[in-house]
Amino acid sequence: MDLLLSAIGILWRWDVGLALLVGSVGGVVIGAIPGVGAAVAIAILLPATFSLDPIVGLTALLGIYGSSMYGGAIPAILINTPGTAVNALTTYDGYPMTKRGEGRRALSLAYSASFFGGVFSVLALIVLAPVLAWIAPHFGSREIFLAALLGIILVVTAHRGNVLAAGMMACLGIFLNTIGLETIRYSKRFTFDQSWLAGGVDLIVVVLGLFAISQAILLLVQPDERPRSARIDGGLFQGFRELFQHKRLTSVSASFGVLMGMIPGVGEFTAQFLSYTYGQRTSKTPEMFGQGAPEGLVASETANNAVPAAAMIPLLALGIPGEALTAMMLSVFYVHNVIPGPQLFESQMDFVVAIYLALLALNVAVVLFLLSSTNLLLKIIQIPTRFLGVMIMVLSFVGVYSLRNSAVDCAIAAVIGVFGFILKRLNLPVVPIVLGMVLGGIMEVKLRSSMARLKTPMDMIDRPIAFILFLMILLVLGLHLRAVLRERRARR
Amino acid sequence: MKNPSNVRHRPGALLFAALFVLLALFLVTQIPAQVIWVKNGKVLGQPALWPGVGVVGMLLFGVAHLATRLRAPRIEVELAEGLTWLRSIEFAIWFMVYVWAVPQIGYLLASLVFATLLALRAGYRDARTLWLAAGFALSVVVVFKALLSVRIPGGAIYDWLPSGALKTFLIVNF
Repeated sequence: MDLLLSAIGILWRWDVGLALLVGSVGGVVIGAIPGVGAAVAIAILLPATFSLDPIVGLTALLGIYGSSMYGGAIPAILINTPGTAVNALTTYDGYPMTKRGEGRRALSLAYSASFFGGVFSVLALIVLAPVLAWIAPHFGSREIFLAALLGIILVVTAHRGNVLAAGMMACLGIFLNTIGLETIRYSKRFTFDQSWLAGGVDLIVVVLGLFAISQAILLLVQPDERPRSARIDGGLFQGFRELFQHKRLTSVSASFGVLMGMIPGVGEFTAQFLSYTYGQRTSKTPEMFGQGAPEGLVASETANNAVPAAAMIPLLALGIPGEALTAMMLSVFYVHNVIPGPQLFESQMDFVVAIYLALLALNVAVVLFLLSSTNLLLKIIQIPTRFLGVMIMVLSFVGVYSLRNSAVDCAIAAVIGVFGFILKRLNLPVVPIVLGMVLGGIMEVKLRSSMARLKTPMDMIDRPIAFILFLMILLVLGLHLRAVLRERRARR
Repeated sequence: MKNPSNVRHRPGALLFAALFVLLALFLVTQIPAQVIWVKNGKVLGQPALWPGVGVVGMLLFGVAHLATRLRAPRIEVELAEGLTWLRSIEFAIWFMVYVWAVPQIGYLLASLVFATLLALRAGYRDARTLWLAAGFALSVVVVFKALLSVRIPGGAIYDWLPSGALKTFLIVNF
């Protein structure tokens, strides 16, 4: 109880409330605009939060992180264009519902399903907190190294059909992270005797290049489009009543979201896929899936909104991000001098609970905003795509330049922006680069700090959690190998 | 989750894979010159270990990826896509000109000019859109520099102004 009161005390400030409101409303708006997305917004806004208190800055960025998928459902349902990549599955059933005149019902169901998924995962986070607080201190350097290794393997193998490209990008990320002066022996690595490379390549610069500048270039190069959408008349509360008819599906989908969110590298797509498949198998009308089945919409939206809070579990407990957004959130924590990991649970548990409560509050704020302002959002999503490119380019400058006032950072971001543009044109994965940078850094540091205790390679896995993680690595690799062999056999 | 569009070979896939392998190969050849190997040091603690893991991994994955892209390449399609990539460099240059202009003419003026000219370049000719672009640039400057006080230095152009409250105001806020 003291912990809860202490956490409420941390949040009970006008500036935190304002940050929550701005972050959650901003996240919905950004999510609703196709072609922007939470990653771009967080990367751009991060430097703007440097001067704020840690809890204020984190709350604003958590708001964007947790609410963008709510907004992304709107264009997915009304104009068949997902606002964020994870809303793609929502188009399968949401848009057909709109075409047959059930747009309001679809939106209402999406909001209520998203709300359920979001709240369910935060509650799961709260319930799991004591378990995490107990287990986190058992993670030493070896365990964190193995968990990061497992994370990177999962990130690569999760890109089915593109595993080799994902491996290339993850290794590129590992390499980028090593450029500059290393901090143990202070030797230069891949600086080519250029002083401007000695400081290394900043993660935020890479993220802004890969997500923001590349997206701006893509929008500016492609033909101009202006999404059009009709006005929605009437209330949007009916979905909450209808959701009760799908109690089992929503619970299972939210559980998939929580489970998949907790596993690094897996995330929204797998959670949605499993939920959607479950929904189709258990439906009385499976033939309607993909043609406007409300259950399909519920499965997709519940699962994807259950992921963000769950993805905070490995991030907060171990300091290991599982996807691009949590990787960025990790740098947000570092910038604000909050170091996620086992010690956070030991020394700042009230801060952790405050984050949980902020996530809970943002779900309420978002759904209230959506219920009252959907028609306003419909006007915003009609921004022409090339104009959006101009806007992102102007905003990208703030994100990169205000980090260190460095023209070199801007040049690196511009080069990476062109590289990201090429990757997007080729539909190659971008996220493994970011995770390669973050997890590669973690692996290097943790391997070095565990070296003193390693006499033989077996010492790496002589503790129970380390051994379990090692088995999980073998299992993931084995399952992947089996899937590859099966695909090959099927092709023959 | 398997995405069917990932499996399909896109124009430029071979060109990209080949260029990536060349980059990785170059980086691998640079390992002896660009990282140190500490004598009598443990392998796991070598400064060269992780850059090595990165570039060797890039090369191995890159070669394997290239091998999957070799089937029936159409050179003219690959080169056409390569030209589209080169076109994107124009916008990177736009961005760098903006970066160069800010410390010279100030954040406000640079943003107004950049947003308006880029909107023109994007094909917008109507006055309303150009005003909207300028208005957006103004609002970004006000929100980020004046209100959130992000670190962007004042432009050299303000040195032309006489010392006083106006000069300070412009340097601090715009």
